[in-house]
Amino acid sequence: MKQANRRTKLVVLTAAMVLVLAVIYACGILIPEEAAAGSFLNAKLPPSLRHPFGTDALGRDLFLRTLKGLSVSMTIGLAASAISAVIAVLVGAASAAGSRGVDAVLNWLIDLVMGVPHTILILLISFALGRGLNGLLAGIAATHWCSLARLIRGEVLQLRSQQYVAVSRRLGKSSGWIMLYHLLPHLAPQFVVGLVLMFPHAILHEASISFLGFGLPPEQPAIGIILAESMRYLSAGMWWMAVLPGLTLVSIVLLVDKAGEHLKTLLDPYSAQE
Amino acid sequence: MKGTLKRLARVFVGYGIKILSLLLAVSVISFTLVSASPVDPVQQYILGLGTAVSPEQRAEIESYWGVHEPPAERYLTWLSQVLRGNLGESAIFRRPVADIIGERFVNSLALMLCAWVLAGITGFALGCVMGMYQGRLPDRLLKKACYVLSSVPTFWLGLVFLLVFSVWLKWFPIGFSSPVGVLSREVTLWQKLHHLALPAFTLSFLSFANIALHTRQKLVDVLNSEYVLFAKARGEGPFTILRRHGLRNILLPALTLQFASFAELFGGSVLAENVFSYPGLGSAVSAAGLQGDVPLLLGITLFSALFVCAGNLIANLLYGAVDPQIREVGK
Repeated sequence: MKQANRRTKLVVLTAAMVLVLAVIYACGILIPEEAAAGSFLNAKLPPSLRHPFGTDALGRDLFLRTLKGLSVSMTIGLAASAISAVIAVLVGAASAAGSRGVDAVLNWLIDLVMGVPHTILILLISFALGRGLNGLLAGIAATHWCSLARLIRGEVLQLRSQQYVAVSRRLGKSSGWIMLYHLLPHLAPQFVVGLVLMFPHAILHEASISFLGFGLPPEQPAIGIILAESMRYLSAGMWWMAVLPGLTLVSIVLLVDKAGEHLKTLLDPYSAQE
Repeated sequence: MKGTLKRLARVFVGYGIKILSLLLAVSVISFTLVSASPVDPVQQYILGLGTAVSPEQRAEIESYWGVHEPPAERYLTWLSQVLRGNLGESAIFRRPVADIIGERFVNSLALMLCAWVLAGITGFALGCVMGMYQGRLPDRLLKKACYVLSSVPTFWLGLVFLLVFSVWLKWFPIGFSSPVGVLSREVTLWQKLHHLALPAFTLSFLSFANIALHTRQKLVDVLNSEYVLFAKARGEGPFTILRRHGLRNILLPALTLQFASFAELFGGSVLAENVFSYPGLGSAVSAAGLQGDVPLLLGITLFSALFVCAGNLIANLLYGAVDPQIREVGK
């Protein structure tokens, strides 16, 4: 059999990672609520074959709960990073293409959002919207676009000084046409990669804020909630409640991060040919 | 000399205007957000009183707080008080917010400073090691470790440390900044440090991977340069090269990056303090948010913005002072 080249290998690897994530997501969605509901008879069991992650103080199976929590986190992470990436593209493109005044105002806006610690800002937004899912989503979406917006601004500035853009303009193409045919094809990969690389941050922030008690309601299975509950049983030696769900979260984050890096290598014109 | 002074003055005025405008915007935004909240601060205040309140008394409190005034007017009243140093009274602690912030900031500062210094030193040292062994086994291992660490949430790391070092090994206490049941003036410095160690260690893990990877990249760039090739040709050993050419080029950018990371540091301290029940600003802000203590929430938000601005200002000034290219552009 012919040896596959590096690009093909990378594509297959990335596809496999995406598949794993999709399977975890589907599992979380498909598991019925009742499956995670336990009985007090088997509360506080350490990990075993029947309960891979053990059970919590209410006898709920932590493995199922973690899976369900992960799918909730992934939904929030995906939605929040998608909104955030759209904001980033709009702000970045507007600040590069607009007048100097617009640029200054948007840069000031970025400084403003970066000037308050993200955790505090998300807390405030979540407080304003009465905690829960909406506040969490709005908070994460409102804080994660800054670095991507700066990146896109730089990219647009660089593209606009290219000769082929100048030629198009001399040929009488409108700036809308240039935007559509010259800028967008370059920005689309940046957008996708930026979105994927934002995703792990969004998940981590979701978990942190839920952990602090500002995110999802306590009855919802979410990683942050499970970990916050585990705090109470830490000194009782129930290590599995804290360690295993957290470890799953970290591995998911690493997986997404790696997939994002691969996607970047594949889509970036400078490294795509390697 | 006169030109330098003039330039410095202009830089300071420029930053001053920027910081003031940012703080003003933060105050407007946070005030708007808090006003939009469905949590009723009057109700929370009355709950905090712990006694039943008649409707007349409630109406009195409401008119005293200006609940029925338009939001813009309320904001201006609040702002004018804040500018005079009166941040209001906290509903959960029953004390002026400014006092609480001052007291808790000392605790938080001790925590953040320890973590900051620790992260800076370990990160820088690891970055140097990675850069010197570029592409070889130590570099690859450390790089992997740094990437993994930057994906680990602070609060979970805190939980794991708590589990391992406090519950299993019993090396460190489980929480708080001093032993329970001991009068605050009898707490020794050693006890305080003992309680501080684990949270600070956890918090330092937040940023040292970042600084290590940054330092590594800079050092690799320096070591691949032609002047280092020439230095090698002159017969300088790797450590002499690191000392003469490496450190001078990478130390200050790393320091700048450290100052620019105040926002993450503060955000991380919120989580670390909650895990370790450490009585700092971070645990105060989450308590304020959960219990609807609006004055405290606003006060800490403003304070955190001020803190981050100070860090960014130092980073910018350092950058300007250190990098000759930027210094030239400034002229």
